Amino acid sequence: MTTVTRALALSAFGLLAASTSALATECIAPANPGGGWDFTCRQVARIMQELGAIDAPMVVTNMAGAGGGVAFTYVVTDRNDDADLIVAASSATTTRLAQNAFAGATADQVRFLGAIGGDPGVIVVAKDSPLKNLGDMVAAIKADPGSVAFAGGSAVGGFDHMKPLQVMKAAGFDDITKIKYIGVDGGADAITQTVGGFTQAMTGDMSEIVGFIRSGDVRALAVLTEERVPGFEDIPTAREQGFDVVAVNWRGLYVPKGISDDQFNAWAAKLQQVADSAEWQKVMTENGLAPFVKVGGDFQSWVDGVIVETVALSKEIGVIQ
Amino acid sequence: MDLLTNLALGFSIALSPWTLLLAIIGCFVGTIIGALPGLGPSNGVALLIPISFSMGLDAISALVMLTSVYYGAMYGGRISSILLNIPGDEPAMMTCLDGYPMAKQGYASDALVISGVASFVGAFLATIGLMLMAPMLARVAFKFGPAEYFALYMLAFCTLGGIGSNNQAKSAIAAAIGLGIAMVGLDKTTGMPRFTFGELHLMDGVDFLVAIVGLFAVAEVFHFIETHGRDSAIGVKLGKITVDWAKLWSTRWAMLRGSGIGFLAGILPGAGASLGSFLAYMAEKATAKDKETFGTGNPRGVAAPEAGNNAAAGGALIPMLTLGVPGSGTTAVLLALLLTLNITPGPLLFSERPEVVWGLIAALLIANFVLLVMNVPMVKVFVKILQVPSWILLPGVTMVAFVGIFSLTGSAFDMQLMVAFGVMGWVFRKLDIPTVPVILGILLGNSMEDNLRRAMVLSDGDWTYLFSSPIAIGLWLAAVLGFVAPIFLRTVLKKPTLPVTDDLTSD
Repeated sequence: MTTVTRALALSAFGLLAASTSALATECIAPANPGGGWDFTCRQVARIMQELGAIDAPMVVTNMAGAGGGVAFTYVVTDRNDDADLIVAASSATTTRLAQNAFAGATADQVRFLGAIGGDPGVIVVAKDSPLKNLGDMVAAIKADPGSVAFAGGSAVGGFDHMKPLQVMKAAGFDDITKIKYIGVDGGADAITQTVGGFTQAMTGDMSEIVGFIRSGDVRALAVLTEERVPGFEDIPTAREQGFDVVAVNWRGLYVPKGISDDQFNAWAAKLQQVADSAEWQKVMTENGLAPFVKVGGDFQSWVDGVIVETVALSKEIGVIQ
Repeated sequence: MDLLTNLALGFSIALSPWTLLLAIIGCFVGTIIGALPGLGPSNGVALLIPISFSMGLDAISALVMLTSVYYGAMYGGRISSILLNIPGDEPAMMTCLDGYPMAKQGYASDALVISGVASFVGAFLATIGLMLMAPMLARVAFKFGPAEYFALYMLAFCTLGGIGSNNQAKSAIAAAIGLGIAMVGLDKTTGMPRFTFGELHLMDGVDFLVAIVGLFAVAEVFHFIETHGRDSAIGVKLGKITVDWAKLWSTRWAMLRGSGIGFLAGILPGAGASLGSFLAYMAEKATAKDKETFGTGNPRGVAAPEAGNNAAAGGALIPMLTLGVPGSGTTAVLLALLLTLNITPGPLLFSERPEVVWGLIAALLIANFVLLVMNVPMVKVFVKILQVPSWILLPGVTMVAFVGIFSLTGSAFDMQLMVAFGVMGWVFRKLDIPTVPVILGILLGNSMEDNLRRAMVLSDGDWTYLFSSPIAIGLWLAAVLGFVAPIFLRTVLKKPTLPVTDDLTSD
């Protein structure tokens, strides 16, 4: 679908909404209803109101297009000083910004408010795979880079592709363009390819593999978090296997660049309230999210670091020049 | 008897008055959505997801209503195919081929009854199949890698160009044009724009719905204007709905074969209802003794694809429920719905959330009976929507085409593109080039390319990888046969038998 004109139509709509709802806060989900960004907006809106952090119900606006680029451009150009606006974001947002997928927009055009949960990155193999742990996988790739092909739910250069590259980098293997990766339509498809033996490993998010892990079709080599994930304590982290990689598909928000520090801090405090609430803990458990809370200034500097790393990797594999 | 216990559980959930009411509403709305050109199951279900959430429905209710819409749209698609020669949705494309000629010859009622019953048979058998085979077929998708998918798509194009047309060269050209159009937009693998000529609107590629509505609906309007309504689809009248039992009975094997083929096509991830109806029609034509009457109003040419597309709709639910791999555009939308409802499809769904699965299956069985009633005795209600004078219908079709496309894409550029496709469809009609391969090219082009490139990545650029498994080799052989064999068969078979033109009246 042609997203640019849709963006124009929507921005006209958005302007109208902005001018008529001066008091209401708004959360833009840069995708159609049903996805992760929509989920973030709706849950945050609901919990903030339940906690009394906001007075009136928060308006959730869906603004799909260009993988979040339409909403990003709209916020930067039309809503840059709107203190009543928050926008859902995730790892995909920063990956795309780092790879210049938003037509020239850059990450420093907004302020990243915080992350309140995350879908841990995982690397899994079929149950009968000879690879027993991450060390086996690294050794196999070092011996013959073509011997382990990865399947993932994101396109080449996307977040799922980055995960094995980061692991191999951490293992001191620099010839990362030799690593085979195919992007398929989603995590389940990637698992299907791996169980079918067409690829040797799958890289994705925890939520995508839960069903297959429980059914015993696949075995997780590593989870890419700082600590083992509650509920999946038998899956070792990459870090404890000697590869210092943390890749979490975080769920969070950004706000317009032009708001004051006080306004930013007020939003950060509200988001922290959500992160600490029992309601959010419940939502996370129900949806297979792991704790991953970074709010305010900490988060901004963490995001900056992630973007630098993504840019470097993307250049190496030739996704950007 | 696990199956019966499970089914009883399903019916205990689905037979509540509230769920039943939702199923009936879903069927009704779905049939209308299917019947309206340009609106089909995938965009219909997509449009209704937000509504079902705003109604505050729980998971099972929302699922029942939206799958009823899904099945309903599969039924409804045939109505405008038959009466207007405009597929109400994309899987109903094949139904035009014989359904519309039947309507022109005054057999619209027969065509609607046969296709309605065929839809029922297809959907009913597929639901039974889903029930029996879903747990077992969880493994089939594991056999399909990039090479097998690529071969599968080749098979679709080759059989379309071979068995499906009278001139291999023309349909090959049409398919190539379709594949070329599919290349427009951002290349997913490298992120580079292709064939966009710096035009931002083309970055996301050409939406196949724009092409379908343009090539079918708008081209039909142009044709109408040119011929002043002579031999145009618009304005076909429908008499009293009567059931010609003999004719209906004569299509029984076509329905059963169509159901089987469609069901299998539906199970294959990525294939979906369009391929199901297409293969069902092709197989029926290929095995028929009176091949020549196909395309001129053979009742079996209506029964097979309708049974095929409805069976595929049921079959496509299998990979979606058991693997989370959608078999079609619509099941992709349903998958999004499941995930939103916090139901994770996968091998364990059947054991962990039996109430969801069996409630859904029971609801599908109920929806089928409701749909049979709505679509055979009550079909006139839906026909009324389409059966209006041409001076209303013509602007109406134009308006629905424009409004439908604009509501989907919100883009004035897409409306211009749609008109361009309309002109293209009209020119192609003059040149006797089929437009169906163009659509198939646009629909399958990207998946086909993606799978070819994945295969090349996995094999380090070794082309023999494409022929490296028994499944792939089988598909390739079938593809080559499907394309080449009709050339010889045509010269061998055509000479002795003269085309039968009055087959319908004597039937």
